[in-house]
Amino acid sequence: MSSPIIQLDRTARVYRTGDVDVHAVRSVSLNIQRGEFVAIMGSSGSGKSTLMNILGCLDRATAGAYHLDGVNISSLTRRQLATLRNRKLGFVFQNFNLLSRTTALENVELPMFYRKPLMALRSQRQRAMQALERVGLADRLHHRPNQLSGGQQQRIAIARALVNEPELVLADEPTGNLDTRTSIDIMGLFQELNDSGITIVMVTHELDIASYCKRMVIMRDGNVISDTPTTHRRMADEERARLNEAERDASLDSPP
Amino acid sequence: MIPLLQALVLRPLLTAMIALRALRRNALRSILTALGIIIGVASVVAMVAVGNGARDKIQGEVAALGQNILLVFPGSKRSAGVNAGMGTAASITLQDTEAVRREVRDIAGLSPEVWTSAQAIASGRNWSTTISGVDPEYISVRDWPVARGAMFTERDVRSAAKVAVIGSKTANELFGAINPIGQTVRINNIPFIITGQLSSKGAGLGGDNQDDRLVLPYTTVMKRLTGEKTVKLLNIKITSADRMETAQAQIRALLRQRHRTPAADPDDFNILNQKEIAEKVASITGIITLMLGAIASMSLLVGGIGIMNIMLVSVTERTREIGIRMAVGAQGSAILLQFLIEAVTLSLLGGTLGVLGGMGTAHAIGKVANFQPVVTADSVILAFSVSCAIGIFFGFYPARKASQLDPIDALRYE
Repeated sequence: MSSPIIQLDRTARVYRTGDVDVHAVRSVSLNIQRGEFVAIMGSSGSGKSTLMNILGCLDRATAGAYHLDGVNISSLTRRQLATLRNRKLGFVFQNFNLLSRTTALENVELPMFYRKPLMALRSQRQRAMQALERVGLADRLHHRPNQLSGGQQQRIAIARALVNEPELVLADEPTGNLDTRTSIDIMGLFQELNDSGITIVMVTHELDIASYCKRMVIMRDGNVISDTPTTHRRMADEERARLNEAERDASLDSPP
Repeated sequence: MIPLLQALVLRPLLTAMIALRALRRNALRSILTALGIIIGVASVVAMVAVGNGARDKIQGEVAALGQNILLVFPGSKRSAGVNAGMGTAASITLQDTEAVRREVRDIAGLSPEVWTSAQAIASGRNWSTTISGVDPEYISVRDWPVARGAMFTERDVRSAAKVAVIGSKTANELFGAINPIGQTVRINNIPFIITGQLSSKGAGLGGDNQDDRLVLPYTTVMKRLTGEKTVKLLNIKITSADRMETAQAQIRALLRQRHRTPAADPDDFNILNQKEIAEKVASITGIITLMLGAIASMSLLVGGIGIMNIMLVSVTERTREIGIRMAVGAQGSAILLQFLIEAVTLSLLGGTLGVLGGMGTAHAIGKVANFQPVVTADSVILAFSVSCAIGIFFGFYPARKASQLDPIDALRYE
């Protein structure tokens, strides 16, 4: 078996606010292999978002070690972290975080703009178009985020996360701002991507969203309290069918 | 080679494209921000042009005195400690004039000058004008040829003849389109025959129109019009520029000797050397240009602070954008470059429009004022590079601030 893509060894993150130390993450040891689809769950304050920031190389652990794809993160400079984020990671956020007055295509091209060495502009465009096609937005290339629905915006964000062919996609509450049906669609997309071999780590506080993943890690007070394979894994196709049925029933019940 | 090309050319170019897009999105704000620089650069260019134009004009006037000229004025009249100013003392006589002509070497030409003002009447029109009394040599001393007709002669001077040479402006006022040569003009009821018309010379030092005058033999003016016995000015042309100092010293010694001035007393006359006038004028107009430029630079500085202000606002406003860019892998240097290019683009835009505005302003001033402002290449280049430097200087702090944002904080920023 190859080395895990994520290796956390007693990782901790302490914030110092005034005289009080806040232990957001106390001591987390966790290995995630290539091809996994992991949900990190927990209530607010459990430390899951802090852990996500550390995994995303946006924040640094104050103790313990974090190896991403075999590289020890704590020894890297700000500059090297930026390069790492650019080449190995893709981010999907709850509030999408798209550049608002910029077209879908340009949003997706953004990570390639900071890629070194630069690709030819034509191949950048081509890759961005392919990524948008992959998330089902081939016909919305020149729309701006504010002209699109929440689900479509999140698809742009996913395309952006995929465009540099990262080792790992990190999603922070990706369905938090979406309705049930759109959430199912987005989770279906993640399942497809995972089936094609992409490693996904997702933070969520909703059990039914987490159950689309293959593995659930539950955190409380900065520690991992449970780490199990998902039992009764949900599949987006089945959920969609069930939802359709429920809606049909509801409309039958209602008086004509 | 390829990575170097990318780092030095392609990436800044793409960054500039992003910066331009951001500026276009806030077009009104961008223009208003650039306005500070536009006004600053425009005023620098226009003010320096005005200074240069004034200098050129005054230097032209100094040159219009003729070449290698010394002007000798009577000294100031002092009574009971009150100094009435240059030329008020009646200290230079016709005998002094003759003595200078006789005894000083290197004199190419000499003409005494007296003047008064009077009402000139001709062909039913009248016009108040300056009456100058000079020697026939005057036109060669002052490099001021007669346009038509002829200058009066030495004989006219000796006989105090009732003849006159007319300035082009006066000719126009009294005779209109009629050829004034051979016509009669009456001054104080004395008829004078016009023998010639001077070529046009334009405004003199001090702004008076030199073409508005009647030029008579000095003897005629002194005997028939004013009754004065002394001259108000000696125009002396020296043979060459390098003889000016010597000649000036000789004239000074001669006049002191003739006036029996004790060694300890100051001169009772003043000698102006054209070269000295030119130098003085150059230094004064230089100071004026510098001062105008300095005042205008203040507005350039204010414009720069305006850019910094807007860039700071822009960085705050776009904190999330910066966070997104950092999350997808933008390094601090890329963010720095982006905002720096925005600031420099603003200031260069301001610089370009400002130079155009300054040229326009200078042109407009030239239409109103009686001189032509001169926009020089170096003032344009200077204003342009200063505005670019201002963009870098005032853009750097906001850009650096943007580049040092923490990506997590920036992403969370609402």
